[in-house]
Amino acid sequence: MIEVKDVHFTYPTGVEALKGVSLSIRNGEFVAIMGQNGAGKTTLVKQFNGLLKPTKGEVLVDGVSTRDISIAQLARKVGFVFQNPDHQLFSETVEEEIAFALRNFGFKENTLKRRVTWALNLLGLTEYRKTSPFMLSGGERKRVALASVLAWNPKVIILDEPTIGQDHRQKEILRQFIVQMNAQGKTVVIVTHDVEFVAECSPRVVLMAQGQIVADGDAKRILTDPDITLRAAIVPPQITQIFLGLTDLGLPTNVIDVSEATKVLLEYLEGGKR
Amino acid sequence: MSVFEGFRFRHVSSPIHNRDPRVKFLYVLVMFIAAVMFNELPVLLVLFLLQIPFVLVAGVQRQWLRSLRGAMFLVTFLFVFNLIFGYISPSTIPGGVSPLEYAFAMALRFLVLVESFSVFFLTTSPDHLSLALEQSRVPYEFTFAFTTAVRFVPVLAEEAQTIMDAQKARGLELEKGNFMKRIRNYIPILIPLIVSAIRRSLELAEAMESRGWGASKKRTNLYVLKMKAGDFMLIVISIILLVSAIYVRYFVPLPTLTMLLPK
Repeated sequence: MIEVKDVHFTYPTGVEALKGVSLSIRNGEFVAIMGQNGAGKTTLVKQFNGLLKPTKGEVLVDGVSTRDISIAQLARKVGFVFQNPDHQLFSETVEEEIAFALRNFGFKENTLKRRVTWALNLLGLTEYRKTSPFMLSGGERKRVALASVLAWNPKVIILDEPTIGQDHRQKEILRQFIVQMNAQGKTVVIVTHDVEFVAECSPRVVLMAQGQIVADGDAKRILTDPDITLRAAIVPPQITQIFLGLTDLGLPTNVIDVSEATKVLLEYLEGGKR
Repeated sequence: MSVFEGFRFRHVSSPIHNRDPRVKFLYVLVMFIAAVMFNELPVLLVLFLLQIPFVLVAGVQRQWLRSLRGAMFLVTFLFVFNLIFGYISPSTIPGGVSPLEYAFAMALRFLVLVESFSVFFLTTSPDHLSLALEQSRVPYEFTFAFTTAVRFVPVLAEEAQTIMDAQKARGLELEKGNFMKRIRNYIPILIPLIVSAIRRSLELAEAMESRGWGASKKRTNLYVLKMKAGDFMLIVISIILLVSAIYVRYFVPLPTLTMLLPK
């Protein structure tokens, strides 16, 4: 459980990135943090694993303030996958890359081996076990980065912009993967601009603008509210835009999902025939 | 990484910012020579204090202080090393100076160097710098390489910070272990940093080629640097500084700080 209590954060450069943010994320929740560039999304999630400490207010992870515990201890609970895998890959083989964090956390050698094999398998990287991470494609590198964090099985997993630079197929695989992890009881927090991706996952959405939370609720409610999306400078999903333009037909406006849209439209058309 | 903060230029106008970069460089050079000429603490103290008016006139005191704070690690290192060696082999330090004072002087000398370079970079835009180099007939290839290097220092610093965060999030503890282990701790930070710097430079080269870099042999500039009254004033100040430094060095017997302090 992560509790953010009236957190303010100012960077050393003087930029005030968070201006009084309060938020509570329960165990097993799936949360998408959205908002414009510079809204404070990444700054907020960096508070969750202690990379940044609040200038004012406090962040509690399982009841312990992030000020009272080291980043390494927090990281054991809260895994953070950075946006750019190139910022973390350095080992000679994919296997070593995944083992790095496990060594830092002091896993025993045989547990470590088992974990690495498990993580490789989970993300379909087994064939690259002995390959240098630098030889892999962008999407594969991203998967290695993800595997290297999942390997120690943190309770909470934070993904910063997981969909950037991924093609449609990769995104779909990622989506299923996230949903599956969440179904198995992991708390998942994603930071993203990708409205369509969020619409398909349908998590709880926390919308930020200028260092504050402007809306918090389920994806369906937030992404279909024209006022809220306008305030956070977010464009509703394409399917919602279509439905917002069809209000004169008496169709619902709170549709974010393509399969749901198909159902609603079919019902309407068949109803029209009768 | 905060030491790099002190080298990040911000666009403002001040009597220091508006000086010709060539003249400012002369001033930095004089400071550099003066600092290297002396290892007496009182003189270095004077050199250190001498630059503070420049910082205040330029209005960059905050960034300047930050760069000094960033340099503190190396300063402490120099201090401790000189102190240890001063005690181990007192013959390496000038007679009559206590090892403590000598170590202070060495650390302060480094601080004076950082200070003057920091003032230079904080008040000189990279564009001006390249203009100055070009007008000094440095081939454009070198000028470009130099300005690009300067331009990318803050970018790299920022990247290093991100990489550090990413590795800390994977349980890396930089301050853990003995001396050798601590150095080894930096491998997971240096490798991604170097790899991405190389990758970036290749991309930059491609971007330059695609924009026709080097297409015309003769380049002209929109702006041309011209010396103004203030520039000549700074030249005169620099020369006075240099001459007096040489004079003091060869003709004035210098006291140590311990001699100056009241008994």
